[in-house]
Amino acid sequence: MRYAMAVDTKKCVGCSDCVVACQTENDVPIGFCRDWVVERMDGTYPQLEVELRSERCNHCDNAPCVRCCPTGASHIVDGGIVVVSHNKCIGCGACIASCPYDARYPHPKGYVDKCTFCLHRVREGMKPACVAVCPTKCMYFGDLDDPNSDVSLVLKKRKYKTLIPEAGTKPQLYFLI
Amino acid sequence: MNEELIISGRENLMVDPQLHIWHWPIPLYLFLGGLAAGVLFFAALFYLLGKEDKYISAVRRVPFVAPFALVIGLAALFYDLNHKAYFWRLYTTIRLESPMSWGAWTLLVITTASFIWCALHIREIFPNWDWKYKWLKELEIFFNKYKKHLAWVMLIFAIITGVYTGILLSAFNARPLWNTSVLGPLFLASGLSAGAAAIVLASKNREERLLFTRLDMIILGTELFLIVHMFMGFLASTQVQIDAAHLFLGGEYTMVFWIFVVIIGIIVPGILDLMELKGRHIPAYIPGVLVLFGSLMFRFVFVFAGQVSRWLY
Repeated sequence: MRYAMAVDTKKCVGCSDCVVACQTENDVPIGFCRDWVVERMDGTYPQLEVELRSERCNHCDNAPCVRCCPTGASHIVDGGIVVVSHNKCIGCGACIASCPYDARYPHPKGYVDKCTFCLHRVREGMKPACVAVCPTKCMYFGDLDDPNSDVSLVLKKRKYKTLIPEAGTKPQLYFLI
Repeated sequence: MNEELIISGRENLMVDPQLHIWHWPIPLYLFLGGLAAGVLFFAALFYLLGKEDKYISAVRRVPFVAPFALVIGLAALFYDLNHKAYFWRLYTTIRLESPMSWGAWTLLVITTASFIWCALHIREIFPNWDWKYKWLKELEIFFNKYKKHLAWVMLIFAIITGVYTGILLSAFNARPLWNTSVLGPLFLASGLSAGAAAIVLASKNREERLLFTRLDMIILGTELFLIVHMFMGFLASTQVQIDAAHLFLGGEYTMVFWIFVVIIGIIVPGILDLMELKGRHIPAYIPGVLVLFGSLMFRFVFVFAGQVSRWLY
């Protein structure tokens, strides 16, 4: 099993519903977010090209945050999802410094927090909150090992890219282009 | 034009707009750890070479700096943790792929060794010292018997501690400025030069002072060589590392790096050391203080600049 997410940059309108859904679902403290929307602008006016990306933890196959964690608090669970055990995290910040995507932040309670692909929902057979709420249905989630999952099907059909693959992290967040 | 903006408003504390997860305690600890490593390395080395009576300051007196430096450094590290109540989790596991994990264990060993070493030489500082309790006296006899083994442990773990302060940073591939393997030897050299400087500062014996002045000069030269090497590596590497190098080559950390770290911290004391060796009389505290200052600044500049450097994104 290998969970992954694909985000259609052609369908995303940058409404930030995914961000609010995540904050509500996961009780993210005010002023913080586990996911965010990036707008990339290319070209010169009036020939502009815009790419919108809903970003979050890439749940990397070769996760530097898991590697550098001194206590094993950052670890990998079902389907390659990277999570943090609150009662093992000492809040040293090593994982935050090690993430090329800046996907982690120190929770006001002390431990490090990040996207979990809504593990609690996924285990119940539901989609992550951001995917479920998206008004343009631009996000796909599922198991890459299952050829009929939403994410496998869309990745078969469409061209895609990942972010900073040259960092060697083998990210599992795909952007359809 | 190409421009990337976060349009959903991300303001994660200590991460946005620019990573600043590690504040002053980390570079302070890296400096104190390096200094302790340097001091203990020379103490163990000259003890094992059988020069204990010749270089009294290096072997018996200056090591008293180490336990203080390490304890203050550890306190700084603890202060920097965001989830302090769980710090003991460090010692429930050993994770070799995490430098911070084996570093924590190394610190445990070297701190203990430094305390024992100082206890064995306590009469250098307090000539009438009495351990009062019998078991403490027996412990002293026991460690005196195995002093050579202790010195070997100290020698090896001092090197590991010195290298560790650099590897801690170089393990982060997300921060291109830190992600160079030169950092291990460079931080070790910086720690050793700080240790030699501390001995020069404390020694009252001219012969000992001259020896450590010479050692200090050689190590400072090595440091300079490693810094040049580091920049060569960066500039021949990928765009992100070229950008990282430019933080020091025209970017926001240029002045502070070249003036405080390279000129004041390495070149000037190196020249003063050379003048001293050529027979000019230079007050020992000038190069000594400059080296310690440069070593401290080096850690601050590197920890802060590293958090600025990032992948194109």
